[in-house]
Amino acid sequence: MMRLALLGVVLLAGAAAPRSGYQDASPAIRSMQDDDAANPGFLWVQQGEAMWQDAGVASGRSCASCHGAATAMRGVAARYPEFDPAAGHPVTLEQRINNCRTARQGEAAWKVESDELLAITAFVGEQSRGLTVAVDTSGPASPFAEKGKALFTTRMGQLNLSCAQCHAERAGEHLAGALIPQGQPNGYPLYRLEWQSLGSLFRRIRSCLTGVRATPFEPNSADLVDLEFYLASRANGLAVETPAVRP
Amino acid sequence: MARVLVNVPKQVAKGVPFDVKVLISHPMESGQRRGVDGQVIPRKIINRFVCTLDGEEVVSLDLFPAIAANPFLAFSVTAEASGTLSMTWVDDDGAVQTQLAQVTVV
Repeated sequence: MMRLALLGVVLLAGAAAPRSGYQDASPAIRSMQDDDAANPGFLWVQQGEAMWQDAGVASGRSCASCHGAATAMRGVAARYPEFDPAAGHPVTLEQRINNCRTARQGEAAWKVESDELLAITAFVGEQSRGLTVAVDTSGPASPFAEKGKALFTTRMGQLNLSCAQCHAERAGEHLAGALIPQGQPNGYPLYRLEWQSLGSLFRRIRSCLTGVRATPFEPNSADLVDLEFYLASRANGLAVETPAVRP
Repeated sequence: MARVLVNVPKQVAKGVPFDVKVLISHPMESGQRRGVDGQVIPRKIINRFVCTLDGEEVVSLDLFPAIAANPFLAFSVTAEASGTLSMTWVDDDGAVQTQLAQVTVV
């Protein structure tokens, strides 16, 4: 009986077992991520922390004016992208923040991939570091996750490859010298040594799509959000690592 | 003003080396790359870094274009008494930035 139970656990783990890119990173990169003093992502987190308090906008409202201490944001990044019943579709953390920015602060939305948006997203994300990713794709959200999954398994571009062919079917194998990760989005925004900068999941997906010679999704497009939604739900069970460091 | 993260232990023991870690947000543009317009992007790096403890130099570095963006510098310092670490670096464009950190000897 015990052996059967054990076998069950192993089989379950073998079936889905999400694996963070952290586990496959070199010891040097892992130690860089583990040491807050050496993790360059904290340059953006530090900027985001200042922005959280800064009421230097026309409305005089900072993030802290409504939300209080940033610790109130603990757990938020772990459940985003989240289905928004009012909007009727999932929204990413960046979209939610920009929504606050336009609706509550009365300011223009930050541009995708701008230092400001990366900084505040990294700061909010960092509050959830260590918590388990728990994205809810049940109920009215499920069609969007299904659509994201369909995109994940759709062949795209001149190379005619789907995300799944590399990041699900061949995860753990090699593409030239590089290990193919599962593509888990549990550390975004993250610092890539290749970028020498912090970057969002949008940037990562854009690089992948350019790599297979497909036309990248427009930022904030429904397709991109659905794909991000599915990817995040795929990472359910992993720890939030924002701001992670990757090669 | 570049963003900077300086990490110094809250308290250090007299005469015992401790680690100072400095992470500076900087593009460290090597001068070797070309932009989308085909023109060479001019070199812009931090070329000199000096750290002093109460005026006494403890480390100085010359930096070169092969160093990646957002340089991370770590070095050991020994203090005999509490004081102020002053870290100063010079940009190619002549800009000088100084960051201070307190060292408390117990």
